[in-house]
Amino acid sequence: MKTLLYCLLMIPALWAVCSCSAAGDEATTNTLEELKQLRLRMDALEKKIAEDKQGPPVMTLGRAGSAYMNVSFDILFNAGWSSTPDAKEIEPGCHDPSQRGFSIRNAELALDGAVDPYFKAFADVVFMTDFEDTTDLELEEAYALTTSLPYGLQIKPGRFFVEFGRQNTQHPHSWDFVDQPLVLNRMFGEDGLRQNGMRLSWLVPTPNYTEIMLGMFNGQGGDAYSFRYLGEDDEEGFRRMYGHATTSRSIKGMGDFLYVPRIASSFDLTDVQTLVLGASAAVGPNDTGDDTRTLIYGLDTFWKWKSSHAEGGWPFVTWQTEILARNFEAGADEEAGLPSETLRDWGLYSQVQWGFMRPWSAGLRGEYVTGNNSASAEANEERATTTRVSPNVTWYPSEFSKIRLQYNHDWREYAQNADAVWLQLEFMLGAHAAHKF
Amino acid sequence: MNTKFLFLKMILAVNLLSGLAVSSHAKLNVVATTPDFGAIAREIGGDDLVQVNVLAKPTEDPHFVDPKPSYIVKLSKADILIEGGAELEMGWMPPLIDGARNSKIALGKPGRVLCAEGLALLEVPAILDRSMGDIHALGNPHFMTDPMNARQTAKRICDTFSALDQEHSAAYRQRLEDFNKRLNEKMQTWKKQMEPFKGKSLVAYHNSWPYFAKCFGVKIELFLEPKPGIPPTPAHLVEVISTMKQENIGIIIVEPYQNRKTAETVAEKTNATIVEFSQYPGGVKGTEVGYIELIDYLVNTLVTALSKERLAEEHKP
Repeated sequence: MKTLLYCLLMIPALWAVCSCSAAGDEATTNTLEELKQLRLRMDALEKKIAEDKQGPPVMTLGRAGSAYMNVSFDILFNAGWSSTPDAKEIEPGCHDPSQRGFSIRNAELALDGAVDPYFKAFADVVFMTDFEDTTDLELEEAYALTTSLPYGLQIKPGRFFVEFGRQNTQHPHSWDFVDQPLVLNRMFGEDGLRQNGMRLSWLVPTPNYTEIMLGMFNGQGGDAYSFRYLGEDDEEGFRRMYGHATTSRSIKGMGDFLYVPRIASSFDLTDVQTLVLGASAAVGPNDTGDDTRTLIYGLDTFWKWKSSHAEGGWPFVTWQTEILARNFEAGADEEAGLPSETLRDWGLYSQVQWGFMRPWSAGLRGEYVTGNNSASAEANEERATTTRVSPNVTWYPSEFSKIRLQYNHDWREYAQNADAVWLQLEFMLGAHAAHKF
Repeated sequence: MNTKFLFLKMILAVNLLSGLAVSSHAKLNVVATTPDFGAIAREIGGDDLVQVNVLAKPTEDPHFVDPKPSYIVKLSKADILIEGGAELEMGWMPPLIDGARNSKIALGKPGRVLCAEGLALLEVPAILDRSMGDIHALGNPHFMTDPMNARQTAKRICDTFSALDQEHSAAYRQRLEDFNKRLNEKMQTWKKQMEPFKGKSLVAYHNSWPYFAKCFGVKIELFLEPKPGIPPTPAHLVEVISTMKQENIGIIIVEPYQNRKTAETVAEKTNATIVEFSQYPGGVKGTEVGYIELIDYLVNTLVTALSKERLAEEHKP
């Protein structure tokens, strides 16, 4: 009985103790909780004060232009039709639309940026799909530019499109037309004149812009088309250039390199009109003989008008013309019965782009290319006279994309007149270096 | 005869060369990318001590200036290059700087002034995605429309001039003081003028006015462009018109290079007034003199238009 009473008394006692300590716990917990809340509030206030001082924390990754390197991928997609079953017959450039149907002939991954306080560099890799839907891949350009040489000098070592004329250095996505001008294809081959070498440039200290350049290059291979290029296989597997057999010439002395001098000057005719004039030459050996040489020379002009109240660059008119001539010494080829001869070719293109209303522009290009008679029938066919006219219209949804519609009509010397219609889309990802004027 | 000519030629050559080498008191050669920086450089430097060349025209779209070869020549001779530094000029400046080969204006050198440095830019994007239009990674680059940013810029420019031309640093500091005094006085006036219109909403063609809006207490958050750099589309304009009617917005801000016709169409449908603004001295008539005169013009024009609108409303039946 006593134990039972004792237990009974214990219960309220225990309960009292428990609740006291619980209350005590609760009080402590409450205090602790309050302290915690106060601390959180203090942290938040301190953070706010710091933020107000310096602005909200910002995290922008990969900022265009302020990253160490601009990276861009620019794709040109073509859809169209040519009157010749093989479109390459009239579109011989390797970045031109190449077939009836769809083609991607220039998908360019470009990287550029400052290397260090002394050099900038640019490199790009080009992908092209071909008729059999395989992908060709090329290291197109990879060069450095000095940034701080004295006396207005600049050196450009590496692999790049040779600075001859205006269009040879431009990448296809910045062309005003979907295809390579015929005269440039005749003189420089399907890819343009692009070589390993070095170029020295001098910004002449005249009041108007004048730049004098001298480039020195290997001058060999398919991208030195008129120079030390062994040419295509004939039926027996011998390589020929314009019908003449070729032999690989090694570089025996300084005279065996390809030299490309250029001078360009710019004049601001008015506040809203600019004119750029240039003259270039390319001289070097070719592979059709022991000491046969090729000389190419050209003049280029570029005129632009842009409204003083231009929005996004509109409205504007540009007019570009290039005229080139080539003397190609072809060595005697006794086996083929060909004497030594000089093949003379010349041609020009002239194109106008009229940005009449943002974001549209209309263009028109006229071209002509021809050559003298050669003892080789093959050479004559390859160097046939062609005249072309190409109207086009372009829509630019933004500065990063464009849709272009172009029509070509060709008058050809040894074949029927030909037509082609091409729709070209460009889309660009990333940050691409701004283009030269 | 021959030697006489040779001697003559030599004398001429020496004269020419010495003429080139010795210039009378060399002014600081300053190139500014846009006319707002140019105007401030002229005020702080003065015509006697600095020669300022501005590349972009005050009437043209500053995002799309042609990198003309003549600009290369200007940059090659510059002692100082002043640019925004908020990527507004990135579409056209790089090839010019490459061609200029001028180590004095290389990044990091005292002669290269990026005015956005040290300023708190608005509208820094958290995500960089071109589906949002032509956005600038560092923030809205049109920071000079806030006179307080112009003050900072003027100080930067003064510091640069003083560092590169220590002989005349006292003159530059004096001119900065004068500029600040004038600006501060004007700010009082402008703030008073804009006070009655605090919170008022305006429409702009392009999003180049957030700094002006923040400074003077107006709201410029509706644009004729659906996204920055994308030309106005009919669908978007319909939305703009309906919003303007709903929220009773009666002012459209247009800059000299923007499509006036589009703005006029919208103004017609909403009974709004078009106000001609420019970020640059010389963009609209009467603002050629300088930066303070430009802001003065902007505030006065806006206040006039807003007052008219208010009067018209009060007299509505």
